[in-house]
Amino acid sequence: MKKIILMICLSIFINEIKAQSQQGNMLIKNGTVLTVTKGTLEATDVLVRNGKIAQIGKNISAPSGFSVVDATGMFVMPGIIDAHSHAGIDAINEATSPVTSEVFTGDAINPFQMSLYRALAGGVTTIHAMHGSANAIGGQCETLKLRYGVKDPEQLRMEGAPRTIKFALGENPTRVHGGSGIVPRTRMGVEFVIRQAFSQAKEYMTQWDNYNKQKQQKGFRGMPPAYNARLETLAEILKGNIWIHCHSYRADELQMLLKVCKDFGIKKIVFQHVNEGFKVAPELAAYGAMASVFSDWWAYKLEVYYSTAYNAAILTKNGVVTSINSDDAELMRHLYHEAAKTQKYGALTDEEALSLITINPAKQLGIDNRVGSIEVGKEADIAIFNNHPLSIYTVPMMTIVDGVVRFDREKDPADMRIYVDPKQDLDAVSLQEDYQVDRCMEGAEFMFENIFGANLEE
Amino acid sequence: MKILQYRFLTVLLLLCAGTTYPQNPKAKFGTYALTNASIETITKGVINNGTVVISNGKIAAVGTNVQIPQGAEVIDCKGKWIYPGMIDGGTKAGLFEFGQVAQANDVTELGDVIPQMKALTAINPNSAGIPITRISGVTTTLTVPGGELFAGTAALVNLHGYTPDQMAVGFQAVVLNYPRTGRRGFFDRRTDEEIKKATDKAIQRVNEVWDKAVEYHKLDSATKGKMQYYPEMQALLPVVRGEMTLIIDVDAAKDIQAAIKWVGEKKIKKVILSGVAEGWRVADEIAKANIPVIAGPVLSLPTRDYDKYDRPYSNPGSLRKAGVKVAIKTEDDNVNYRNLPYHAGFAAAYGMGREEALRAVTIVPAEIFGVADRLGSIEQGKSATLFVCDGDPFETKTQVSNVFIDGWNIPMVSRQTLLYDEFLNREPGLTKEK
Repeated sequence: MKKIILMICLSIFINEIKAQSQQGNMLIKNGTVLTVTKGTLEATDVLVRNGKIAQIGKNISAPSGFSVVDATGMFVMPGIIDAHSHAGIDAINEATSPVTSEVFTGDAINPFQMSLYRALAGGVTTIHAMHGSANAIGGQCETLKLRYGVKDPEQLRMEGAPRTIKFALGENPTRVHGGSGIVPRTRMGVEFVIRQAFSQAKEYMTQWDNYNKQKQQKGFRGMPPAYNARLETLAEILKGNIWIHCHSYRADELQMLLKVCKDFGIKKIVFQHVNEGFKVAPELAAYGAMASVFSDWWAYKLEVYYSTAYNAAILTKNGVVTSINSDDAELMRHLYHEAAKTQKYGALTDEEALSLITINPAKQLGIDNRVGSIEVGKEADIAIFNNHPLSIYTVPMMTIVDGVVRFDREKDPADMRIYVDPKQDLDAVSLQEDYQVDRCMEGAEFMFENIFGANLEE
Repeated sequence: MKILQYRFLTVLLLLCAGTTYPQNPKAKFGTYALTNASIETITKGVINNGTVVISNGKIAAVGTNVQIPQGAEVIDCKGKWIYPGMIDGGTKAGLFEFGQVAQANDVTELGDVIPQMKALTAINPNSAGIPITRISGVTTTLTVPGGELFAGTAALVNLHGYTPDQMAVGFQAVVLNYPRTGRRGFFDRRTDEEIKKATDKAIQRVNEVWDKAVEYHKLDSATKGKMQYYPEMQALLPVVRGEMTLIIDVDAAKDIQAAIKWVGEKKIKKVILSGVAEGWRVADEIAKANIPVIAGPVLSLPTRDYDKYDRPYSNPGSLRKAGVKVAIKTEDDNVNYRNLPYHAGFAAAYGMGREEALRAVTIVPAEIFGVADRLGSIEQGKSATLFVCDGDPFETKTQVSNVFIDGWNIPMVSRQTLLYDEFLNREPGLTKEK
C-alpha cells in the first residue's frame, strides 16, 4: 500500500515537472515590429509576461524583474514556423508497409540535435517534425517548439497542437514498395492504397459503433472487434481529428487526393512540396486545401523537373494558404531568405512574403490561434533581426520561445552542444555533400537496396 | 530491366518534348547603347548616369561622355544598374539535368585517375537549367566533373551558345579531389585503422600518378612528343609543365594543410583550392602559400557539431581578411546556380562586406581563371557579358531586366518564367466554360 501511495505521489510530481516548460518575462524595447497580421509598427515595445505577449505599444515600462531587450534599429517578427522538417527526431521512415499510420515521430524526439539550435539561430521557433515519404500513408507527425537546452524530450512538444499525419504520393512510395513487388508501383496504385485504407477504417468504425450500440442492450454477449492501432488512426482522420500533410508533386496526383478527400469527407488537407501546385491552384483554393512549398528547389528528380520558383506566388495570388518550408537542416537556417525569394519570383509584398513563414504555416498546423504573428495573447515566440528579415544583409540576432531567450548571437558561445559524446571524434568533418539531401527518404534505404542493389545516396 | 526500359522511355519522351516545344525566343546580336545607368565597373568604381556601348560582342565604350554609334539600339537604363555577369566558380551546369535518373546525369565517369575526361564534351547547351540561371545575371560558370582523385577536366563556359564550343570561355583545369582523411561524421562507421588505411592508399595513389606524370613529361620532352598513346598522362602533361591549372578540391583543415604541403613538394605552378569549408581554421597558411581559393557553398552546414553555426557564412570573409584571394561557388545539388548572388550576399553580411563579395563573383574568379582580359568587370574592350537590374543584385527584391553574353542580347525567359506566364491566371480556370 505504501508503495502504491509513493508511486502515485511520484507520478504526480513527474507530471508537475512535465507541465512546467519554462515561460519568461521580458520587455522588447523600441523595435520595428513586423506583426504580420496587423501591419508594421515603428519604434514599438512588446511586453512579454509568463511566456505570452501581454502588451504591444509605445513607451511601455518594464515591471520589476523583467529583463529588457533593446531592439532599437532592429526588426522584431514572429518566430519562424517550418511546416516541413525532419529535425529533432531520430526516426523518420517506418517504410515497412504502404500504410503505417500507427507510428508516431513524437516517440523518437531527440532534444540534443545541433540542427535544432542552428534553426533557432535562423529565427525558427516551431517545426513540424514529420514522418518520411517512403509510404503512401506514413506515420503521425509531431509539432515541436525549439526550446533548445531542455534535455527532456517531452518539453520540446508543442502541447495541444493538432495531430497530423504524413501521406506521400508519386515517385517515393511507388519506388519503395512497387519495386519490391508491393502495391503501389504506379500513381494508380497510390490512389488504391489510400482508398482501401480509408474504406477499411470506415468498416472498422462501423464495427465499433455497432458493438458500442449492441453493448447497451440487455443480455448482449458479443465480443468487441479487435483493436487495430493502424485503423484507429485512420478513423481519426475521417473524424477530422488528424490533419493530412501530403508529400506530393504532380498536378494529377494533387487532384487525385482532393477527390479521395471529398469522397471520404476529409477537409483538413495540406499538400507538402507540391511543386506543381501552381498548375491546379484554382482547384486547391476551391477545396480549401493548403500548400507548403520550397522557394526554388527543383530538378532533384524527374517529378520536379517541370517546377517553377514562381510556385509560391502563383498559389498565393490564387488564394491558396501557402507556406515555405525547408525539409532540410541547411535550408531551415534561412527560411527568411527563402521567403524573400518570392519577391524576385512573383513580386509578393513584404507582408505576403513574411506570412509564408509565420501565420500561414501556423494555419497549416492548426496553431494560428497561438503563434505565427505578434498579437496580444499569443505565445511569445519572437525573432529579432538587425536588418529587415527579407534583406539579404539581415542577421538574426535573438530568438525567443515562450518568452525565454533560446538564441542570442551576442552571448552564445561557439560550441552550443548540450550533450557531448565522450567518444566523439573531434576531427570528424562532415560536409554538405555527406548529408543525405532527401531526409524525407531517410530510413528507407533498405528498401532501395532490395530494389536496385544500390545506395540511396548515389 | 523493366525499370530501366521505363527510364529510357521517359528520357526519350523528355527529349522529344524538348524538340517540339520551342522553349526560348532567339538571342540577338547587334550594337546596343545602355544609357542613363549607374555602372558598377568593379575595377574602376561606380559611374553614375553613364552609358555602355556594346558592339561586335565587346564593350566598345563606357562612361558619361560616350558617343552613341549610329544605328545602335538604345536601351534606357534610367534608375537601373549595370553589373558584369556573375561567375560561379563551381557547378554541374550542363552535366546534370535532374536527379535520381542516371541517364540524366553526366557528372561522374568511372575510374579514379581520369583527367582526360572533359566536362566540355558533355555540357548540354540546351539544358533547362541554363536559361534559368543566366536570366538571374549569372552568366558564366566553371562546370566541374565529380568523382574520385583525378576526376577530369573542368571547363569555364558562358551560359549561351548552341554548342559547347560556342559556350567555352577558354579556361580549362584538371580537377583533383584531394584524399579526405579522418572520419566524416557519426554516420562513418569505419574503424580508425580502416580510415587510415584508405587515406594512406589514396595519397599514395595520388603521389604515384603525379610522379609518373613527371616522368612522362621528361620522356615526352626527350622524344619530342613521340610517346605512345597514354591518355591520363597526356592530360596531366600541361599541368606538370605549368601550362594548365590544377584545381584541388579539399575541405577539412588537416587536408588543406596536407594539400598545400603536397603542392609545395611537387612544385606545382598553377593551383586553385576549391571548397575549402574549413579554410577559416588555416586561413593564414593558405594566405602564406599564396594559393587562390574558390570557397563554397556558402549556404551550407558547419563541418563540426561544436563549430559556431555561422562558420560557412563567414568562411569567405575570414579567408579574405587573412589575405587570401577568394572567389565564391554555389556547388548546388538542385541546379540552383542562380543563387550565386545569395551565397555572395550571405558572405557579405557575415564579415566579407558587400564590395569584396561582389568582387568574389566577378573580377576575382576572372583573374583566378586567367580570363580577366575578357570577363569580370565593365571595361572598354572586354566581352559584353553583363546584366542590367533595378537594384543591388544580392537583394532578392531586385529584378534583372537585361542580360548580355558575349554581346548577345539574351531573351529574358526560361521554362520557369513561361510557366508563371501560363499559370498565374490559368485559362480555363475552375470550369471549362467561360
